[in-house]
Amino acid sequence: MVTTPETSVAARARYEAVIGLEVHVQLLTATKIFCSCSTRFGNPPNTNVCPVCLGLPGALPVLNRKAVEFAALAAMALNCQVNATSIFARKNYFYPDLPKGYQISQYDKPLAEHGAIEIPVQGGAKKIGITRVHLEEDAGKSLHEGFADSVDTTAIDLNRSGVALIEIVSEPDIASPEEAYEYLIRLKEIILYTGVSDCNMEEGSLRCDANVSVRARGQREFGTKTEVKNVNSFRFIREALEYEIERQKGVLESGGQITQETRLYNSNEGKTYNMRSKEQAHDYRYFPEPDLLPLIIDEKRQAEIRRSLPELPEARRKRMVADYGITEYDAQVLTFSKALADQFEAAAKAAKNPKRVANLVQSELMGRLKAKGCEIEQSPISMKGVALSADLVESGVISGKMLKDLYDLSFAREKDFPDVYEEEGRPEQSRDTSALEQTIDEILAAHPRQVEQFRAGKTAVIGFFVGQVMRASKRQANPQLVNELLTRKLGG
Amino acid sequence: MKVTEQDVKYAADLANLELSAEEQTRMRRDLDAILGYIDRLSELDTANVPRMAQVSHMNASSQSHTGDADGSREDIHEGLRKSLPHSVALQNAPDSDGIFFKVPKVIER
Repeated sequence: MVTTPETSVAARARYEAVIGLEVHVQLLTATKIFCSCSTRFGNPPNTNVCPVCLGLPGALPVLNRKAVEFAALAAMALNCQVNATSIFARKNYFYPDLPKGYQISQYDKPLAEHGAIEIPVQGGAKKIGITRVHLEEDAGKSLHEGFADSVDTTAIDLNRSGVALIEIVSEPDIASPEEAYEYLIRLKEIILYTGVSDCNMEEGSLRCDANVSVRARGQREFGTKTEVKNVNSFRFIREALEYEIERQKGVLESGGQITQETRLYNSNEGKTYNMRSKEQAHDYRYFPEPDLLPLIIDEKRQAEIRRSLPELPEARRKRMVADYGITEYDAQVLTFSKALADQFEAAAKAAKNPKRVANLVQSELMGRLKAKGCEIEQSPISMKGVALSADLVESGVISGKMLKDLYDLSFAREKDFPDVYEEEGRPEQSRDTSALEQTIDEILAAHPRQVEQFRAGKTAVIGFFVGQVMRASKRQANPQLVNELLTRKLGG
Repeated sequence: MKVTEQDVKYAADLANLELSAEEQTRMRRDLDAILGYIDRLSELDTANVPRMAQVSHMNASSQSHTGDADGSREDIHEGLRKSLPHSVALQNAPDSDGIFFKVPKVIER
C-alpha cells in the first residue's frame, strides 16, 4: 500500500514522526449554536436555514446555552480546565459554504485548556495532552460531484451552517499512526459516554485533521509539518499517516525539503496529494466577535455541569474489574459502548455469578452477534437473558452444550433467551446418574490399561475417560458430574 | 499615506475581489482615511485601563437582575424564530437549481 522512493530501512529508522490531531465533534443540540434552526441531519437541502445561518446582513447571533453545557461537559471529560471567561472570535476566510465570510469560533481565549487522555501502548499507558477545546459553528456543505453541471459548478447546502461544534486539539504528543488511531478510539469513546455527540463519522458528526512532521531521532525542533485532511474513518487516518510519514522521510532522505501544505487523502490509492487550490498563506485575521458577549462559566455553573459527568470508560473498567472479578480484557469488551456496559452491569448485579455472565457475553454472545453482523443493541438475547442462562448453568440445571443450543435457537428465532427456554419446555440436563454410570462402567471395562495407569498414580489419564464419556453421551452429560463419578469409580 | 498598494492588493486577494487600477487607488485613499480616523483613538491615555476587546459585558452585568445576563437562550424550537421557507431562503441566490445554491466550481481536480 505504501509506495515511496527506495530508501534503506536503516536510513528511515533515523527519523521519528510527530503527530497532532484536530478533531471536530458536532454537538447533539436540537437547534443550531447561534439560531433556532433545527440541526436534524438529512432534512431537504437548505430548509433548516434562517437569516442568521445564511449570513444575511443585520442578523445577530444568540448563543445556545445547551451547546455551552455540552462543550464544557466534553472538556471536563477530557480532563481540561474550563476557563471562567472565554471569548468568541471571528475567523475570516473566503469559501462559498461560509456565507458570512467568517466563522464564529474561539481563538486566544478558548472554552477549555490543559487536558489529557490516556491511550494504551505496548507495556502500559501513554498520556496524550489536549491543548484546548473550543466552541465554534459548523460551515455548510459543498457538493462538488453528482450533478449534471458538476464540471463547472458546486452545489451548496447550508443546513449544516451554524451547527454547534467543538474542536479538540491535541498536543503533538502522538508518535505513530497506531497511537493516533488509539487516541481517536479513546477520544470517541469518552465523548460518546458523555452523550454530547453521536460521533457518527458517516454523517460527519466527527471529523479529523492530522498535522504530521518527521524529524531526526533525538532532534528537539519539529520538522516542517503538513496537514492531512479529507479522511473519513479512523482506519484511513492511520493509513494516510503511514503514507505521509514515509513520503516525508523519502523527501528528506533524497535531500529535499518538506513544503508546509494541506494534503488530501485518497483512500482508493492509499496516497496523499497536495491540495492544488490557490496556495496562499492562511491569514484568518481573527478578532473578537463584537456581536457576542464574553462567555462566562463561573465556578457555580461549572459545578452544575460537572454533576452530569458520567463515570468515564477508563474508570468504569477499573471498577468493573474490581466489582465483578473480571479481567482487564473482559472489561474492555464489556465497555465497548455505554449501553452495553449499562446493560451488563444491570444483569450481572442480578445474577448469581457475575464472572459467568461476563464470560457468556464474550464467548457466546459476541461471536454470534459478529456472525450475524449486528450490534449489541440489536441482540436477540438481552443482558437479562444472559443473566438467566448464566444462573441456569451455575445451578447445574442446564449444561454448557444445552446453553449453546438454546443460544442458537434464540438467534434463529430472533427471540430472547427466556422465551426460547420456555418454548423448549424448560429443558434440564439429566440428573439420573444410573444411565451415566452404566456408560462409565462400559468405558472403564473397555480400557483396562488406562484404568491400571490411573490406579498406578497417573491420575491425568482421567481426562481421557472424561472425553470418552462425553463423546458417548453426545456431549449431553454434565462434565462436573462425569468427573465426580469417574473419580469415585476409578478410586474404588 | 500609510496604507500601501501592497496592503490593498493583499486585502483584495483575501476577499476574492478583483480591483482595477483605478479602484485600487481609490481603496488605498479610503482605507487610509478610515485608519487615520480610527488612529485618533490612540490619542487617549489608556495607561490605567486594562486591555479589553469588548465593553458590552460591563453593561450586561449591571443588568443581571433580568436573569439573562449572558444573553444566551434555551435549546428549544418553540417560541423562537422559525427557519425560512425554502423558496425564500434561495431567493437571493445568484444561481440556484431550486434546491441548492450554485456557485462556480471551487476545487480544481
